[in-house]
This record gives sequence, structure tokens and C-alpha cells, in this order.
Amino acid sequence: MAIRERMSGNEAIAFAMKQINPDVVAAFPITPSTEVPQYFSTFVADGVVDTEFVAVESEHSAMSACIGAEAAGGRAMTATSANGLALMWETLYIAAACRLPIVLACVNRTMSGPLNIHNDHSDAMGARDSGWIQLYSENNQEAYDNLLMAHRIGEHPDVLLPVMVCQDGFITSHAIENIELVEDDKVKAFVGEYKPDYYLLNRDNPIAVGPLDNFTHCFEHKRQQAEAMRNAKRVILEVSEEFAKLTGRKYGLFEEYKTDDAEVAVVVLNSTAGTAKYVVDHLRAQGKKVGLIKPRVYRPFPVDEIAQALSRFKAIAVMDKADSFNAAGGPLFTDVTSALFAKGVFGPKVINYIYGLGGRDVKADDIELVFNELLNIANTGKVNSVYNYLGVRE
Amino acid sequence: MSCKICNRNNKELKTVDPDVSWKEITRGGTIPYAGNAELFKTGDWRSMKPVWLQEKCKQCLLCYPVCPDTSILVNEEGKRVDFDYDHCKGCGICAKVCPFKAIDFVEEVK
Amino acid sequence: MAYNLKEVAKKPERFTGGHRMCAGCGAPVIVRQILRALKPEDHAVIGAATGCLEVSTFLYPYTSWKDSFIHNAFENAGATIAGAEAAYVALKKKGKLEGETKFIAFGGDGGTYDIGIQSLSGAMERGHDMVYVCYDNGAYMNTGIQRSSATPKYADTTTSPAGKKIPGKQQWRKDLTEIMANHHLPYVAQTAAIGNMKDLYEKAEKAIYTKGPAFLNVLAPCPRGWRYNTPDLMEINKLAVETCFWPLYEVIDGKYIINYKPKNKLPVKEFLKPQGRFKHLFKAGNEYMIEEIQAEVDKRWETLLKLAGEA
Repeated sequence: MAIRERMSGNEAIAFAMKQINPDVVAAFPITPSTEVPQYFSTFVADGVVDTEFVAVESEHSAMSACIGAEAAGGRAMTATSANGLALMWETLYIAAACRLPIVLACVNRTMSGPLNIHNDHSDAMGARDSGWIQLYSENNQEAYDNLLMAHRIGEHPDVLLPVMVCQDGFITSHAIENIELVEDDKVKAFVGEYKPDYYLLNRDNPIAVGPLDNFTHCFEHKRQQAEAMRNAKRVILEVSEEFAKLTGRKYGLFEEYKTDDAEVAVVVLNSTAGTAKYVVDHLRAQGKKVGLIKPRVYRPFPVDEIAQALSRFKAIAVMDKADSFNAAGGPLFTDVTSALFAKGVFGPKVINYIYGLGGRDVKADDIELVFNELLNIANTGKVNSVYNYLGVRE
Repeated sequence: MSCKICNRNNKELKTVDPDVSWKEITRGGTIPYAGNAELFKTGDWRSMKPVWLQEKCKQCLLCYPVCPDTSILVNEEGKRVDFDYDHCKGCGICAKVCPFKAIDFVEEVK
Repeated sequence: MAYNLKEVAKKPERFTGGHRMCAGCGAPVIVRQILRALKPEDHAVIGAATGCLEVSTFLYPYTSWKDSFIHNAFENAGATIAGAEAAYVALKKKGKLEGETKFIAFGGDGGTYDIGIQSLSGAMERGHDMVYVCYDNGAYMNTGIQRSSATPKYADTTTSPAGKKIPGKQQWRKDLTEIMANHHLPYVAQTAAIGNMKDLYEKAEKAIYTKGPAFLNVLAPCPRGWRYNTPDLMEINKLAVETCFWPLYEVIDGKYIINYKPKNKLPVKEFLKPQGRFKHLFKAGNEYMIEEIQAEVDKRWETLLKLAGEA
């Protein structure tokens, strides 16, 4: 029996954190994630959570404190955006390498420079090689749900990796939408207790964490870490299935929207998928066979499943709200095309659109242009340009 | 092998094989064998060696805390025992510090 | 209970041999004594910033630490131990833990005065019940003796070499103990391993068992970086104290207490002479350097005396 509410994406995240009731939250404010520690601080001040809130003096210290807390044996969470995530960069790698299932809510905002507080994905994309599990969320509901599942995924003994739940800054973080919340006791039962086998506070078995690890053993540790990320895919699906039984809301590795008989498709993350779905419907009404794929799980990257799902299309546009500045295409484009190639899927033509950087609004018209181009490619078999910018003033 | 004087957990010290596979290696580089550095011998670093002249030793205990390598241990009765030559690096601080010249500092002869 | 070397000697060793610190290093001597101040029944969670101490004492798969230990990165020992302490508070409240656990972070002057000062300051300001110990060897020793803000003026380091035009580090040492005293913490102290270790042990005990944040700044001579005769560790420590280069004092709830006033304050050149990093100060024409250092040592000592109400 769900609770129907109206909340912004940030409020939903904070609410989920309240229900999870972690042992430690160490956070530093940065727009647009600031509201998360703010809401949470109110919960702490009102005594509705048991959490120790550590008002750290920087994001680097936020993640450092989370590492200390999680290694000590507590559940630690934090939230950040953009440069805050960047400031934690070295500690993200350390958290993953130490196999600490910290959970971070990333409210996506563009990396400086220049300074800009609006949404794009350059922050989380910059951390894509850090070893963190990355889940993307189209709206407040998905962000809330992903956060509830995060600990079950990260703390699974076959995984033991930190988890980042992403949503678009301002667009969904600050937009109040309908949401279905899960009851406190059900959340508690679903998320369960954190029972680490090794933890600093275990006086019966003291441990040492974070060695100088020379070439004798370092490579084996990394291989082990890689295996954990491989296991994550299966665990994510298992946890999502359990979540579906609890709430009725089904989550997979990605969402396929009207793809069954589609000739062309767009691959797009987060809130823009919402706009794109509207465009799909609009074009379908005109008889055009278009579809959309919205990845939810970006790390690990579901190579097999993505390649399989995309193989049926004649033309695909990967839309990236971040540029790699590799002079070739954005990060999602790189991952998608390499998956297709690795899996021997050579049929579809794939092009890339970099859009919305620095929070530039992406409109239905723009997305319609993309689909029309794709249909053109499907008909003529000709690609004009692979690496494109959408919505910039030429 | 356990700590000579105090083994709080009474555990056998363990370590990790240099040839361990990635499946068997301890997770995340964490070591759950606290204090196992004792298994690593640094005694071969020495080129000089302290020698305890027991008959001159007044058990003043000024030597045991100055050892960087915990190589002068004190027993339950509060008396120092002979050097732990497995770990002594021959720095000579103890010899310098002894007020009774009860520690000789000689060349290590292998 | 008055300090008794022999009684303290019977306390358990919490730091083993088998680490890779240089023969004669001042840092592990300090660590051993500080850990000895823990009650035998108390568990400790110890953190260390990247640096000589950390890389040598936890080199996979060997750890010298008998308590729990965490190394995170270079500049965040303060934040990391603060996080562990927060988890302890949370878990204790939930009734999940038994007994007392103490939290001690170690950092060299590199990881404390410089790159780590922010996270140290934050951790101390937030009031976590923890101790931060700086083992001050006056340079970034682990990476090869580069200058830090703790390096004494005119010292020869690899990034402030005593060259033909510029004779060593040109800046005065930062006074971190004073910076931490001005955080208005319950306990701040400057100490060194001298004599029978009374000063170090008692201060460590006070720091650990005073509720709230405590900071200890401990002189840690480095035979490699300071270039003195290795067996002379205790002599060098003594000279640092007797020349008032490194005064032993405490600031307890804002009150300054000088623990040792040398009857015969030695000229600072007695401390400088045995060290190779100050060799150039003794060349003809460089007398002004020693005079400058003496004047600065005197000035800071006078200031300290005033703060303690003893001037």
C-alpha cells in the first residue's frame, strides 16, 4: 500500500535516506545537491534518524569520512554534484578499491569551467572509471527507488562496491512531481542491516585497511575488483526483481520504450528521456517507427544486453549530455559503439549528439530533428556526420 | 608464531602468499591479521649489532622505548630481555642511550 | 598516577617490529610510546596519512599495527578518523559495540601542516573525540626530503637546496601547535621523545583520555633527512628541547603550561651543528643565518613565556 506524495528529486533522496537511517552522513553543500544534506540535517536535528551527521569542510573530507565510517563498520552516505564529486575524485577510487559499499546521491551538474550550476552529466561521467556502480534516474521516483536498492546492491557479498545514484540537477532535483513512497517498515525490511565481515571497530579481529600494495599483489586486487563489478549486473537484476515484488515497479538494466517494431532509436540518460518519450509518442502518431532506450545501469555497462537490444535498429542516435573531448564522441556513445562492435553487431548506423551542456535546454523540437535524421539514415543508408552538437548556436 | 610478550588475541599470525591468486587474495587489500609484520624479518638490514652485557645491565629500562623496531622487549616482571635480532636494524640508539654501558655496539659479522 | 617507566614498560606492545622504517627513525619510537598510553582493555582505531610511517608499517600483506588501522590518502587522516569516530558513536548508541575504542590519527608534517591541514582543522573544529598526532620531521621525507612549511629556515632540502644563490629554505617554520591551540581545543601539546619518555607518554595519555579533539605535535628526527649520526636520536631530541627550538608545552582549555624550562638554555647552534642539513650555516660568511635563527627561537620562546604568564 504505497504512500502517494509530491516531492522534488532532492526531497525524495533525502526521504529515502531518512528511511534507510544510515549510521553516518558526511556531506558538504554544493548546488544543486545542497538540499539533500539540508533536509537530512533537519531530520537529525528533529531526532527522526539515528544518524551521526558530519558537517565536513569539503567534499574530499566528505568521502574520506564516509570511507572511515564504512570501514569502521557503519553505513555511510553522502550527496554531491559536479566539482564536489571532482574534489572527491581520488577518494572515489579508494572507496571502490577498498570495497566499501558507500552510497552517494549524485545530483548531476556540469563540471567547471566555466562555472555553471546547471545540469549535464560531465560530473558522473568523469567518475565512470572509478569503480563505482552508477545508476541513472529519469525522475524523482526512479531516484528514490534506485537509492532504496543501492545498499542491497552494494553490500551484496559478491559485489561490495560503492554505488552512485544519479539524477539531473534542477530539472528533477528541484521539480516537484508525484511520487509513490514505500512505507518505513517495508524499507527497513528491504534494505536490512549492514553486517560487514571485516570492520575496524571489531576488537576481536582488528584489521588494517588501505595498504601500500606493490606490484606483487596489486594486480590481483584489481582483478578481484573487476570481478565484483561483473557480478554487480546479476545482483542489480536480482535486487530489482525483489524490489518489483515489493512495489510493483519494475527496473532492469535499461528501459526500452516502444522499441519492438522501431526502425530507429535514440539512447539517452536521465530526464531528457522523459522529453524524448514524448517525442516518440508524437512521431508514432504520425506513423513513424521510432523508439528509445534509456540506460539505468551505466556502470557496470551491460554490453551483452545493450548490443542485443540495439541490434534490431537501422539507425541509432546516442545522446550524450557530456562530451569526452576526445574529438570523436561523448562517453555514452563510446560505450555503446564499443559494445556493438565487441558483440559483432555491425548492422545499425550509430551517430552521436552532444546536447544540453551547461544546462542548455533541450526541446522536443531538437529531439525530433534527431529522429528525422535517423529516419533519413535508415532510408538512405548514408551518415552525414557522426559526432554532432545539438542545440548550439552555429 | 606469536608476539613474544603480549599476544592479546592469542592468535597464530598469518600472512598472504606472494603467489596468491586473485580469487584467494584478501579483499580490497584489507589484512585481518593485525600485527603480522612480526613475520617479516628486518634483522638482515644490520651492519652493526647491539650486544646486551647482562652483567652490567641495571634494568633501568631506558633502552626499550627508544628502539624503533620493538626489538627490546620487556617481560611480565618488567625486565628487559635479550634483543630480538630478527628485527633489530642495528641503528645504535639503545647503545648510545644506556647509562651503564651495558650495550655494546659491534660490527655485524655474517 | 605518576609516570613510572618500569610500570609502563609492562603494558602491551601495540606496534610490532618488521616494518620498513629506516634504521633509527624517530617516528616509530614516538608511535610506540603513544600507543603505550592506551589502556590495555581499550581498542584503538588508528589512521595514518600517506607518508613514511604509513607506507612502511602497512606494506601488503604486513601490518605492524596490532589495533585496527586505516590508511586512506595523503591529506585526509583527520577526516577519515573523524568518519570512523562518527560511526563508532552511531553504532555505540545502537548498542552494537562493547568497550571503549579510541581514535588516533598520525600524519607527518607533510600530511598535517600542508596538504592535510584542512581536514585536520575540520576534524578538530567539529569536536570529534579523537587525537591527531603530527610526527614532525620537518620535510616531505617519504618522497625524498622536499621542503614543507614545517622545515626550519635555511635547512637544505631537495626543493630548497643550499645552493650558490639561495642558501636553503627562505621561510620561517609555520607554528602549527599555535594554530591548533587557536582552534580552542580541550587539549593541545607539543612534545618530544626525551629522557625516559615521561613528557611524551603523559601528554599522549592526556590527549587520548581527554574527551573531545586533541592535538599533539611531536618532533620526529629523521637521520636520513637531517643527516645526523643515526645512534644520536635521543641526543638530537634533547638538544631541540634544551635550545628551546622545540619547547615542551601544553594548552589545556586555553591555559598555557610550559612543561620544561631549561636552566641553561643552550645556543641553537648546538642543535644545528650535528645536522648535515645545516652544514652550510657553519661556513664563513653565513654566521648571520645562525644569528637570525637564534633571534627567532628567542622571540618565539619569549612569546610562549608570556602566553604562559611566565615572562
